[in-house]
Amino acid sequence: MSDARDDIVTVGLPAEGTHDPGTPPAGIGRAPTGVDDLATEHLIVNMGPQHPSTHGVLRMLVELDGEEIKNAEVTLGYLHRGIEKLAEHRRFDAIGTLMDRGDYVSGIMGETAVALAVEQLMEIEVPRRAQWIRVMMAEINRIATHLLWYGTMGLDTGAMGPFLYAMRDRESLLDILEAVSGARMMFNYVRPGGVVADLPVGIDTKIREFCNAFDTYVEEHDAILSGNEIFQARLNGIGVIDAEKALAFGLTGPNLRAAGVDFDLRKTRPYDAYPEMEFDVPLGATGDAMDRFSVRMEEMRQSNRIIRQCIEGMPEGEHTAKVPKVLRPPAGEVYASVESARGEVGIHLVTDGGTSPYRMHYHGPSLYALQALEDIIPGHLIADGCVMIGSTDIMLGEVDR
Amino acid sequence: MSPTLAVIIKLVSIIGLMLTNGVFMIYLLRKVLGHLHIRLGPMHVGPHGILQTMNDVIKLLTKEDLTPRLADKALFYLAPMIVFVPSFMAYLALPFSDTLKATSLETGLLFTLAALSVVPIGILLAGWSSGNKWGLLGGMRSAAMQIAYEVPLLLSVLPVVMLAGTTDLGRIVEAQAGVHLGFIPGWFIANPLLWPSFVIFVIASLIEVNQTPFDMSEAESELVAGFGTDYTAMKFGLIYLSEFSNTFIVSAIGVTLFFGGWLVPWIPMAWYDAVPVLAPTVFILKTYLGIVLMWWIRGTYPRVRIDQLMDLGWKRLIPAALVMIVLTGVVDKLIVPLVTGTVG
Repeated sequence: MSDARDDIVTVGLPAEGTHDPGTPPAGIGRAPTGVDDLATEHLIVNMGPQHPSTHGVLRMLVELDGEEIKNAEVTLGYLHRGIEKLAEHRRFDAIGTLMDRGDYVSGIMGETAVALAVEQLMEIEVPRRAQWIRVMMAEINRIATHLLWYGTMGLDTGAMGPFLYAMRDRESLLDILEAVSGARMMFNYVRPGGVVADLPVGIDTKIREFCNAFDTYVEEHDAILSGNEIFQARLNGIGVIDAEKALAFGLTGPNLRAAGVDFDLRKTRPYDAYPEMEFDVPLGATGDAMDRFSVRMEEMRQSNRIIRQCIEGMPEGEHTAKVPKVLRPPAGEVYASVESARGEVGIHLVTDGGTSPYRMHYHGPSLYALQALEDIIPGHLIADGCVMIGSTDIMLGEVDR
Repeated sequence: MSPTLAVIIKLVSIIGLMLTNGVFMIYLLRKVLGHLHIRLGPMHVGPHGILQTMNDVIKLLTKEDLTPRLADKALFYLAPMIVFVPSFMAYLALPFSDTLKATSLETGLLFTLAALSVVPIGILLAGWSSGNKWGLLGGMRSAAMQIAYEVPLLLSVLPVVMLAGTTDLGRIVEAQAGVHLGFIPGWFIANPLLWPSFVIFVIASLIEVNQTPFDMSEAESELVAGFGTDYTAMKFGLIYLSEFSNTFIVSAIGVTLFFGGWLVPWIPMAWYDAVPVLAPTVFILKTYLGIVLMWWIRGTYPRVRIDQLMDLGWKRLIPAALVMIVLTGVVDKLIVPLVTGTVG
C-alpha cells in the first residue's frame, strides 16, 4: 500500500462518509434501490490520463456506485506547454506555429484567429483570393477534424470500423492540406496578411475529386453509425446540455448549436470570405449526445458545400497583402475569433508596439465543454461517461495549452 | 490399443487442435477485420503475414510475467487456468464426424454448455484478484452478465433437443439427415419453428464469447481492458487463447444444432464412409463460416450498455425462449400429430 493511493482519495474529494451522493437527475433512474441497508462503498477510480477514451491526456477522478458515476472531477494540465507565455516571445507571424499545437487537429482555424487579430491591429487589407483560400482550407480542416471526432466517437461506443473508414477520408484531406501547406498537421499556413503560399497547380482537380467522393462517403459514415440501433440507444437522451445550461457554461460551436442556439461565428460575426458563402447552420433540439452527433455530421456536408463553392469561384489575385518582413503592430488591444471545428477560438492580443505581443490570451472552446462535462456526467453509467466525453469533442491540446 | 493410450492420444489431439486452431483463428481474425476495415491486416511477417501470430506467440511466451503488488497471487495465477481448462473440456463432446469425436456423451450438449459456463467464474476471479479497479469492474460485469445470458442460451437450445429427442450432439446431427420436399436440407434451421430460437442462440452465444456488441467485461473504451488489465505474457495468452477457443466451440455448437453438423444435404450417406475427411472438413468449414459471421458483427457494431444488455437478457430473451419452448412443444407434439393423423 503506497501513500500515493491514499492521496488520490483525498485530493479534491470529500472525506469518506461525509459525501452525500444525492439523488440522480430525473430521467436516469438507474440507481439501485433496496441496497441502502447493505454495507456498500463507493469506488474511486482514476480515469486517465492513459485511459483509452479520454482523448489524449484527460484525467478524471470518478466516484462509482457500482457502474454509476456519482461524482466526476476533472484534473487538467497534463499537456500544458505554456502556449500563451511562449507567444510573448514569438514574432507575430510565428504565433500560428504555436496555435497549430494548441488544437492540433484543426490548426488552420487557430492560425486564422491569430492572423485576424494582427490584421485588425495593423489594419491590413487581406486580398480577396487569400480570404477565399483561408475559407477553403479552414473547411477542409473542419471536415478532417470532424472525421477524427466521428471515428473516435465510434471507438468510444465500441465500434472499431467507423474509425478506419473516417481515416480513409481524412487521409485524402491531409494529402490536400499537405500539398497546399507542406505539412499534414502543423501547417503554419495562414499568416497575417494572407496565406504563406498560393495554391499549387492542379490542386483544384484533387479537391473537386474529394468533394464528389465525400458526397457518398458522408452518407456511408452516417449509415454505419447513426443508422445503427445500438448506437442510437447509446446516444439518445444521454448527456443533455440544454440551451440554458450551454449558455451558462459558455459553450460554443456544435455543442451549443446541438442545444438549438443559433450561434455560428461564420454567420453572426462573419470574417474572411464567409459572407460570400452559401451554407446552412444545422441546429439540434434537445442538446443530447445524439444531437451533437447529428449536428457535426450535417456540418461536414455543409463544409463540403463551402469547399465546392470556393473551388468553383476562386478569385484571381494575390495570395497575400504587402506586409513588412517583421510585423510591428501599434500598441493596443484586440480580440479576434473564428468558428473552429469545436467552437469559438478567440485570440486576445495586447501589444506594446514591439515585435511580439505583450500578452496573449487563447480562448478555446474545449475548456468550457469540459466544465459542462463535469456537471452532466454524475448520475450516468461509466459507458455513458465515455459517450459524453466523445460527443462533446474535447481537445486536450487546447484545454491545457 | 489400450484405453489409457486412447485417452492420452485424444487429449493431446485436442490440445494440438486448440493451439493450432487458436493461432490460425487469430491470423484469420486480423485478416477478416482488416479487410472489413479497408486495410490489409498483418502483411510483413511471412507472405501476407501468415507468420505474424507465430511471432506473437513467441513474444507472449518470452515476455516478463508481471504480478501486480496488490494482486491476490494464488488466485491471480489460478484464474487463467480456470478460464482455459473449461474451453479445453468443451472440445470433448464435439462431433467432427460420425466417428471423429473424443467421446460420445449422452449429455454432450449440456456438458459443453456447462463447461463454457465455468469460464465467467475464471474471468471474475481474474478481475477480482488482479487488485485493479478496472479489473474488478470487468470481472463484476462478467458475473452479472453470466446469469443474464446463460439462461436464455440454455433455453434456446431446448426446442432443438425436443425435436431431436436427445442431448447427444452426434445424434442431434443424425436427426438432421435427409431432405424435405426433395431439396430443402433436413437441417433444423430449415424449420421455421426454430428460427426465433436460433436468433436467441446467436445473441446469447455472442455474449458468451465476449464479442462486440457484448464485450462488456473487456470493454476497451470503458474499462481499459477490463478483467485483463493487469495480465501479461502467457497468462494473458491463455485467456486470449481460451476466448478464441470458445468462439470456435460456440460456432461449432451452432452448426451442430441448426446447420446439420458434418452433414451435407443431397449426398448419399455412403460417401461419408468412402471419403473419411469429408465430414470433418464440412464441419470445420461450416464452423468457420459461423465464426466469420461473428467477426463481421464484431467489426461493425458498437457496444451495448450494461443495463441494456441486462434488459435484453432478462426482459426479452428469457421470455422469448420460454415461449418458443412451449410453442415447439405444442406444435411438434400436438398439432403436427393431429394434422398428420399420427396421434398416438
